[in-house]
Amino acid sequence: MKIAILLKQVPVKDATLELNGDGTWIDEDDVQFEINDSDHYGLAEALNIAKDNDGEVTVVTMGPDRVKESIKQALAKGAHQAIHINDEDVKSSDPLTRAKIIAEAVKGENFDLILSGLQSDDYGYGQTGVLVAEMLGMPHATLVVETEINGDKIKVKRELEGGWFQNIELPLPAVLSIQSGLTDIPYATIKGIMMAKKKPVADVEADDLGVELEGGAFKLEKIYTPVKSKETAVLKGDADSVVPQIIDKLKNAAKVL
Amino acid sequence: MSQGILVIVEHNNAKVNRISIEAVTGAQKLAAATGQPVYAAVLANDCSAMTTELSSKKLDKIYAVANPELADYTPDGYTVALAQLIERIDPAYVIVGHSYQARDYVAKLALRCGGALMSDCIAMNADGGNLTLTKQVFAGKFNADYSFSGEATCFISLQAAAYNADELESGSASVEDFAVNLNKSDIRTTVLEKFEGTKKDVDLAASDIIVAVGRGLKEEANLEIAEELAKALGGDIGASRPVCDDGWVGADRQVGSSGQTVSPKLYLSLGISGAIQHVVGMKGSKYIVAINKDPHAPIFDIADVAVVGDLFEIVPKLTEAVKAAK
Ligand SMILES: Cc1cc2nc3c(=O)[nH]c(=O)nc-3n(C[C@H](O)[C@H](O)[C@H](O)COP(=O)(O)OP(=O)(O)OC[C@H]3O[C@@H](n4cnc5c(N)ncnc54)[C@H](O)[C@@H]3O)c2cc1C
Ligand SMILES: Nc1ncnc2c1ncn2[C@@H]1O[C@H](COP(=O)(O)O)[C@@H](O)[C@H]1O
Repeated sequence: MKIAILLKQVPVKDATLELNGDGTWIDEDDVQFEINDSDHYGLAEALNIAKDNDGEVTVVTMGPDRVKESIKQALAKGAHQAIHINDEDVKSSDPLTRAKIIAEAVKGENFDLILSGLQSDDYGYGQTGVLVAEMLGMPHATLVVETEINGDKIKVKRELEGGWFQNIELPLPAVLSIQSGLTDIPYATIKGIMMAKKKPVADVEADDLGVELEGGAFKLEKIYTPVKSKETAVLKGDADSVVPQIIDKLKNAAKVL
Repeated sequence: MSQGILVIVEHNNAKVNRISIEAVTGAQKLAAATGQPVYAAVLANDCSAMTTELSSKKLDKIYAVANPELADYTPDGYTVALAQLIERIDPAYVIVGHSYQARDYVAKLALRCGGALMSDCIAMNADGGNLTLTKQVFAGKFNADYSFSGEATCFISLQAAAYNADELESGSASVEDFAVNLNKSDIRTTVLEKFEGTKKDVDLAASDIIVAVGRGLKEEANLEIAEELAKALGGDIGASRPVCDDGWVGADRQVGSSGQTVSPKLYLSLGISGAIQHVVGMKGSKYIVAINKDPHAPIFDIADVAVVGDLFEIVPKLTEAVKAAK
């Protein structure tokens, strides 16, 4: 069984981000990057499915040179090979164009299953998996929290709103967008890290895929810090100076002490 | 030229969902700014309850798309049916609420119609004929403005509460049946059972004081410092989703869109960034104190008190001070 996991690299969750000079993106200097949150769960589920179904996992990552590091990590965790779609223009922000490039790069691989994360932590479109499915003519499910392969079908449990869930079944090949929480995330072992070095990484140039836009496209005009709508008391300083101020608020404003 | 704004209305138990009423409200405001008509579409086996509910709103027309294959939502069923309606109306904009259902199919529908979707928007501004869409990026740390170019239909999904349903304009709308060509064979997924998650042991909705922990706590062992603060305050522990996913606390303590909705007298958050899916579950709290080391953390936008600092330095001292004050 051939399984792909679409894996994105994003700034580390703890990074204190600043905007770049012209307000079109963040300032990437001094920012560290890591694998997107829900993609960890997608990778974990891909590895689990592969283990039980004699499968092979291919990591598919689009981004500039720095994403090689995340690819290495995924290979160390047990993925078998990778495709790096080199896209230096990290600011290219149209969701459709990005999905088209990814779909074009995986089209010829004939994957039985393509997993993606539910949503990226930078743009947060939550569209890529769904778009890739439609572009490749495959059925899909989103918000997936459990999977079970039954022959040429896959049964998945989807999260719904308000604490509800739904089971659905799809014919393979299919695309699934994975929601966080479904399984434990694997760690890379020393052996895995050694083995990763020998695993194949295919390099593809995004520009060579011949993706053209039709219809319409979105352009990111500017990024900015949102204006706050609420009156907030900001407390800064060391613990000894802020703690008495918090106590004062708890007593006199929140009235819980 | 494409004309008009189509709102796709979602429903549950024969009632229109609040997020769709918000979407209609947004569409009415966009219509006022652009002079375009607003249509609503309802998909179901039997649309009558929803079309009746909508007929007293200010809409230019309601399309009732009734078909047995639309009794259960499926991405294929909705896409095939709506693509036919959209081809017929040829709207400039299609607007939906950014619900779980919308996440599942609207991008696909947009592509099928030759258009494109901007998802999870918090504002639409039409100035001088140009539409600017605003959405949160980097998990709410920043906002981004997008423009759309091209002749195709522009699809927009709106974040919950982006528009205020109380500002919905009333009126009277006519209903038109729209017959679609939709067969069982168009639908590739099989819908199986629906069920509710495990019952909750803790009812955070009844708590007066919640100390909520996030991934900033770093590891499970550090939960202790939060529990001591909660004990000193006489409150309960709540958590963000990743903390529940990692099993540090039970899933019943999760606050947010896929967890509980709470409104305590005091919500004290420790190391929670304030992603929208968390905030929707706690923004109704009477008083919000947030401790976070990142001055840009979006939780500060809704906090009454924003404490910029390291929770590991502040919390133990705060616990002692609370004990002393009691
Ligand atoms: C469909 C969907 C549904 C979801 N449902 C929910 C839900 O119901 N509830 C929910 O919570 N989330 C939900 N999420 C996830 C949500 O989008 C966020 O990913 C999540 O809320 C982030 O949790 P967090 O704030 O704990 O972690 P992070 O975003 O990683 O934030 C950690 C914070 O801790 C701060 N920090 C780190 N170290 C320190 C320190 N020493 N002192 C002080 N601060 C520190 C950091 O600055 C950062 O702001 C959902 C997501 C999706 C897509
Ligand atoms: N540049 C990328 N490279 C590989 N996968 C991606 C990329 N962008 C998005 N994805 C995948 O699509 C998911 C949803 O992303 P988004 O649509 O941006 O929210 C992510 O969780 C990834 O699995």
